[in-house]
Formats: sequence, structure tokens, C-alpha cells
Amino acid sequence: MNRGIISLNLSNIAFKFENRLMIRKLLHTARLQVVLFALLLSGFTYGNTDTHDTVTSPSVPAHEQTEKKAFNAGKMIIEHISDAHEWHILEYNEFQLTIPLPVILLDNGKLVSFSSGHFHHGHEAYRGYRLMTEGVNEGKIVKTLEDGETIDASAKLPLDFSITKNVLSLFVSVLLLCLIFISIGNKYKKNPNTAPKGLQSVLEPLILFVRDDIAIPGLGKKDYARFMPFLLTVFWFIFLNNLLGLVPLFPGGANLTGNIAVTMVLALFTFAITTYNGNKNYWKHIVNAPGVPWWLKIPIPLMPIVEIVGLITKPFVLMVRLFANMTAGHIILLGFMSLIFIFGNMNIMAGYGVSVFSIAFGVFMSLLELLVAFIQAYVFALLSSIYFGMAMEEHEHTEEHPSEH
Amino acid sequence: MSLLSVLLQVATDLAPVAKMGAGIGAGIAAIGAGIGIGKIGASALESIARQPESVGDIRSNMIVAAALIEGVAFFAIVVCLLILFL
Repeated sequence: MNRGIISLNLSNIAFKFENRLMIRKLLHTARLQVVLFALLLSGFTYGNTDTHDTVTSPSVPAHEQTEKKAFNAGKMIIEHISDAHEWHILEYNEFQLTIPLPVILLDNGKLVSFSSGHFHHGHEAYRGYRLMTEGVNEGKIVKTLEDGETIDASAKLPLDFSITKNVLSLFVSVLLLCLIFISIGNKYKKNPNTAPKGLQSVLEPLILFVRDDIAIPGLGKKDYARFMPFLLTVFWFIFLNNLLGLVPLFPGGANLTGNIAVTMVLALFTFAITTYNGNKNYWKHIVNAPGVPWWLKIPIPLMPIVEIVGLITKPFVLMVRLFANMTAGHIILLGFMSLIFIFGNMNIMAGYGVSVFSIAFGVFMSLLELLVAFIQAYVFALLSSIYFGMAMEEHEHTEEHPSEH
Repeated sequence: MSLLSVLLQVATDLAPVAKMGAGIGAGIAAIGAGIGIGKIGASALESIARQPESVGDIRSNMIVAAALIEGVAFFAIVVCLLILFL
């Protein structure tokens, strides 16, 4: 028995020691990752303290040299979450790394396209157009008069079909989605009855999750298959774009789902599909809701108006929910990082001190943002499937409105 | 009478003070979201305590309800941001 206890003790000690080694190794890598991430985050934001109108790059000779402006947190945050005609990657002292994106304008039927580098960040006009950097039309392209310099205030803005930062990010994420899912689809087609391997096994649980927890609860077991392509696309599109928005390196970090135009289009898709699939029961409930007294419908159709407002509100809420969640997350993260520079401008040691808390909170917020990225995609797809289900619901001959039968 | 004149003075001379409304609105929205999600969390925990084997179902429903309530709170946040930046 003694030997048994000794061997148990030894194996116990060995196990604990191994555990401690493992944990220490894990801690080292986790700490390293946290430090690297913090450095990256702070380096990235440090690089973006100034906007266009400060230190000039050597390729633009015609500006006066202005000194480094004070850190303007609000401006920095707005720039990071909004769209732009160029992709500003980093800026270090006098070295700016931006990718000028193509500008494509439709001006009274005339198609004009050139690189946005010609605008030199809004300092110069090119071919009769100018990029505004302040005022009501900030960030937009306006027409200039014949001299090429002064702005034509009476002309309408040209239609802007440029490849902006968000459009390029959209292309990148669509390319990624197509690559991943077409390759998985082919793998499923080629080996239909074998166990999934590799990328398939990573994505299969989520695809089954969309089917079992999003499509079937909303649509029922009979017709869910018709809507699976849309629900899968919407879920993965939103999830991938949310995740890409959190990555600070080049093709990520463009805040695409925080652009209300993108979320509006997604919500319009849901609205269009709901309307297209509405059966007679659905329209009857909107125009002539059963069980409602007649005097709410006949002289002034109050009930139909309320129902139609409800019809419009549902996609509108979908749009605003996704937009606000993503934008708010980015603003919070950027706000905490800019806190470092606000304090640093007052007193450099205060800046260093705040940076510890800012980075810790930033890491926590980033983890929360990962969760929110998934949840927002889930909620959008879930609500879409519930609306589709409601649009196709059959009339239930239950205990409701016995007076009508 | 004097209150009205004070308000008029605030509205005209100290125009940036109007942005305080955005801060108050955002605070009230946060209170609303906090109360709503607090109630959801409380009832979720209570029902998990009653029936521990339904933890998975309750957890997913709780998260969905929390996301919907946050959507409403974000409406208020968006309005406050519009006050600040428009």
C-alpha cells in the first residue's frame, strides 16, 4: 500500500509539473500574443494621429509645410469608421502609405475615371473635379468651374461609382467567401458520404447551425430548404465582414458592415424576399386584419396604416441594428486608443500610464466584439428566417376569432 | 419668465451646450439597455436554476433577446451621434 501511495504521489507530482510547464508555455505564448497585439494596435493608431493636411509627402511640392497638428480624437475616429477614396494604411513621421483607389464618376452621362491619387488628398483639382475635405460635402467629389480651381456651387454632384475603401473591402470579402465556399462545395460534391476534413470540418458545424437553429425554427421543417442559400449567404457575409472589420492589417479593418448603405441593401433583400413570398393570409393580415373592429378600418384605415408601418419598420430595424452595433464597437475601441494620445499630449507619463489600462480594456472589448460579430450575423439571419416564416404562414383554424367562422 | 430667458440665452450664446443633450440621451439609453438585459439575465438564471438540463436552450434564447434589446438601445445611440456630428 505504501508503494501504491508513493507511486500515486509521484505520478501526481509528475502530472502537476507537466501541467505547470504546459501552463507556463501557454502563458508565455498568450502573453507574447497579447503584447504583440497591443503593440500592433498602438502602433497602428500612433501612425494615424494626423490627417491629410499636416506633413506633406515628398511627391507633392506645392503645399506649405505645416507643423504637426494637435491630436483630434473625434476626427480620427470618424475617419476610421467612414468610407474614403483611398486606403490609408499607415503614416510614420513623413512617410505615408496609402493606396489611391480608382475614382469612377458618371457626370451627366459622361463616364470619367482616374486614380484618386491625382486629388492629392483634396489639395488639387483634377479634370474639373475636386475632393472636398471639409464642409457640407466632406469626402465627396464636386465639380469645379472652367478655371479648374473654384468650386461650382450650383452644379449637382456627379454620380460617384468609385471603388472606395468599402467597395474594395467588399470585393476582398466576396472573393474570400467564394474561394472558401466553392472549394468546400466541390469537396462535398466529390466525396459525398465521407467524413469532412480540414476546412470542411471547421465550417460544417456553423453551416449545420444555420440550418438547425436559424432556418428550421423560423421556417419549419417543410420549406426551409428553399431559403437556405439566402440565409447561409447573409449569415456568412455579415459574419465574415464583421470579423474582417476587427483585423487591423491591410485588407481588413474597413468597417464594411458599419456602412449603413450596405446594411440597407441586406435589409432590402430580406424585405424583397418577404414581400415576394407573402401568401394571401399574410396580405389579409396587413390590409384587413381579422379580429379588429370595422370602425378602425373603414373611414380612416388606421389598422392598415399601423400594419404597413410595421411592415417597413422590420427591415429598418434590421438595418440599424447591424450598423449601430458594428459602428459602436469600432468607436469604443478607437476611443480608448485615442484616450492614450489625449493623455499623452498633456503629459507623456500620463500617456504611458493610461496606455496600460487602455490596452487591457481594448483587448477585452475586442473579445466582446468577436462575440458581437457572431451574434449580429446570427440575429440578422434568424430574424430574416422568422419574417419569411411569418410571410408564408397558413391560416390557423384555432380558437382565435370564433365570430368569423 | 427668468427661466425662459435663461434658456434662451443658453440656446443662443452657448450653442455647444446643446450637445449635452446627446450625452444625456446616450446615458438614458444605456440605463434602458441595462435594465432590460438585467431582467433577461435574471430570469434566465432563475430558470436555469429551476431546470439545469435546459441550459443550452435558455442560453441561446437569452442571447437572442439581449441582441434585440441592444438593437433598440442602439437606435438612441445613433440619434445621439447624429446630434453630435450633424
